[in-house]
Amino acid sequence: MDSTAAPQTMTAPARIAGLPPAFYRVGAFVISLILVALIILISGASPVTVIGSMVSGAFGNADQIGRVIATLSPLLLCAAGLVYTFNAGLYNLGVEGQITFGAIAATWVLRLLYPEGATASLLPPPLAIALAVVVGGVGGVLWGLLAGALHVYGRISEIFAGLGLNFAATGIAIYLIFGPWKRPGVASLSGTQPFDESLWLGTFGKTEATPVALALGLIALIVTIVVMRNTYFGLRLRAVGRNLRAAYVLGVPARRQLLSAFFICGLFAGIAGALQVVGVFHRLIPNISSNLGFLGLLVVMLVNFDPLWILPVAFFFSALNVGSLQLPLSLGLESSLSGVIQGLLVLFALLGRGLAQKYGRKPEG
Amino acid sequence: MKVELRHIHKHFGNVHANDDVSLTIEAGTIHGLLGENGAGKSTLVKILSGFITRDSGEIALDGRPAHIQSPADALRYGIGMLHQDPLDFPPLTAIENFMAGSLATPALLNARAAERGFRALCSQFNFDLDPHARVSDLTVGERQQLEIVRLLANGAGTLILDEPTTGISASQKTLLFDALRRLAREGKSIIFVSHKLEDVEELCDCVTVMRRGRVVGELDLRPYRSNGHAGHWPADKRFEVTTRIVEMMFGKELAMPTKPATHQDEVILSLDGFVLRSDRLEMRIEHLAVQRGEVIGIAGLEGSGQQLFLMTCAGLEHPAAGSIHVGGRDLTHKPYNDFLRAGVCYLPADRLRDGLISGLTIQEHVALRMSGKGIFIDRAAAAQEAERAIATFNIRGRPDTAVERLSGGNQQRTQLALMPAPLNVLLMEHPTRGLDIESTLWVWQQLIARCNQGTAILFASSDLDEIVQYSDRVIVFSGGRISPPIAATELTADSLGQMIGGRF
Repeated sequence: MDSTAAPQTMTAPARIAGLPPAFYRVGAFVISLILVALIILISGASPVTVIGSMVSGAFGNADQIGRVIATLSPLLLCAAGLVYTFNAGLYNLGVEGQITFGAIAATWVLRLLYPEGATASLLPPPLAIALAVVVGGVGGVLWGLLAGALHVYGRISEIFAGLGLNFAATGIAIYLIFGPWKRPGVASLSGTQPFDESLWLGTFGKTEATPVALALGLIALIVTIVVMRNTYFGLRLRAVGRNLRAAYVLGVPARRQLLSAFFICGLFAGIAGALQVVGVFHRLIPNISSNLGFLGLLVVMLVNFDPLWILPVAFFFSALNVGSLQLPLSLGLESSLSGVIQGLLVLFALLGRGLAQKYGRKPEG
Repeated sequence: MKVELRHIHKHFGNVHANDDVSLTIEAGTIHGLLGENGAGKSTLVKILSGFITRDSGEIALDGRPAHIQSPADALRYGIGMLHQDPLDFPPLTAIENFMAGSLATPALLNARAAERGFRALCSQFNFDLDPHARVSDLTVGERQQLEIVRLLANGAGTLILDEPTTGISASQKTLLFDALRRLAREGKSIIFVSHKLEDVEELCDCVTVMRRGRVVGELDLRPYRSNGHAGHWPADKRFEVTTRIVEMMFGKELAMPTKPATHQDEVILSLDGFVLRSDRLEMRIEHLAVQRGEVIGIAGLEGSGQQLFLMTCAGLEHPAAGSIHVGGRDLTHKPYNDFLRAGVCYLPADRLRDGLISGLTIQEHVALRMSGKGIFIDRAAAAQEAERAIATFNIRGRPDTAVERLSGGNQQRTQLALMPAPLNVLLMEHPTRGLDIESTLWVWQQLIARCNQGTAILFASSDLDEIVQYSDRVIVFSGGRISPPIAATELTADSLGQMIGGRF
């Protein structure tokens, strides 16, 4: 058996010790489902009708499916980016701010090329959109590297650095919306003046889903899977995340590795932000990130940082988000129920993993 | 309070940390507990103070059995422990700490009464503590004083001090020792855990030495002293005491040197005017030149600066002054990467903390070492290399075994297998700690093979047999000083013991 068992661990209660690890995971999942059902019952509905309503709300018609895909695309980008930071041992809560700053940067470029009222410019619309996406990525990188520099050189926890920069990014967005970039006439929370339709990203039919965003999300995910599985860079990242000191002693340039993780995550998040501008809202709004960064954190935690499972989980979460929008209309329930479900699933998945690690029967070494 | 520990056993996994330990501390005495890291002395005092529960054995206080299962139990019995890193609340003030740790828990705090008590205790021991100073602004020595005062206010009859002289100034040490002597005179018992020989000799009435989880010897120091408690020793008596204690710690006989000659004429590592400085030590090496193929053993009580020395030679720390040359290249103040490129390798003692990466497999470690050759991992090459390493180094594991699942010996073999191939200088801490005899022999075979290829080895060990057996020359670290190198063949148990005790 395992002779290196940590001496500090308390002795487990004999009753629940030594079961196979999968037992705890599945058990936790079942308990989270039961809790979800209970919450639905308490709020006065039947779980079956709620599920039915959500499914029809997410996949009932082309519009709804389009909305699921429109949510999925930036979510894939954010989740893929977070795989790098999580594997480097970083809780990059600053991903929200990186989305927002990417969106700001993209808006800035488009406003520069097409000042209000202008329909023609040096750069034709498709190229302007492409440039906006690139500049959005650069903006996200800047915001990510700022958090990274605060963490690596300033020794500030990346959690606090990220949260602080989230507030800063939102503050900048609101300032721009109400100040320099305000709508002619009246400034409002609904955002800046929408761009001319020529600057909108093309969609599948009349839905909200854009092929470009979906393609970028899938590409980011595939690249991430390849990098994490097959490259020295990914291996070094995991080494740094699991034991920074030993990795350094073994010759891994730890600081550069950490900053690279912030760089890539910022890049993907910034692109997601730019896509929110050119593909979804067609302007800058205060909540341009739509909390997709936080949702991405949940997705990556649920898949235990392994990018292979991101696609199905992110799809499921997107469907939950979109499907729940139907609830107030069909059943008179709060649409925030989807958040409760997502939160419970992740919490219990983490709990199951923790219990499996603490009490689960160890495989023969 | 008289403290008796009888037949204490404690296992951590396969490690028998306390193996039938019995110990009696008379009321009114200061009892030293000596031993190297891992000897089991911390485990023993943590059992007494309730931080660890024992597997079996009894504790009796003033002759009555005591049931100690938690630190709160221990405090109720009047056992207080001062930890090496003070367990206090740094953001609070001294007086708030004093009150927060109080056993009496009235509904409302009486700050004025507490402050009166605090000041009275402080003046008793000449502690100059400002009750309203923030603990985070205090020195380690002052925090220690605060802890002592707090424990006494709670009616402690026994004080346990774990390495209390680490990190405090000389005047604070005098103050501490005076306070402890006074407490002993009042009938309290003091347990003084240390691996500093000179402190124990100065302060303690009795000494118990532990090695590998067992008590290996006890010595009453009082008969040797000219007059009772005072710290003044006749020189010849002190010499005799040091010899006896070192003997108990390391054993009487030394093994014979067995290492074949492997050194070549070329100097590979040279240190000049080398000064090492940490927050509590400053050491100096005028000149040290190590030849290719040579093995330098580093002896000394643990914590005498050996690790700092090895890490500085490895480029993980920078010397405070002086220069370091490897193979003729000046590497002083160069980044760690330059040391790696110059063929310097450091194998830390705490393998899973500093040397290997939990969660990664053997093959992934091999691949990590290959890192830098292209973008994509060459899985076939890494797998082949891992198989080869497992076969040559006889590692009980598969390429896909995560390193934390390996036994300590196999982790060490993995570390050895990961060493880069042409290597100029190898720096090691406790290369065979926790290994059985067979593995130890095998490890040294591999290391001597490296020496034959021209690698110079510097290693620190608390096993004096290992040092004498495998070194060409030996240097000794003691109390902030570093001895000149001495040929291993010229060493005797006696002379080495004296050097470790600080005579050279």
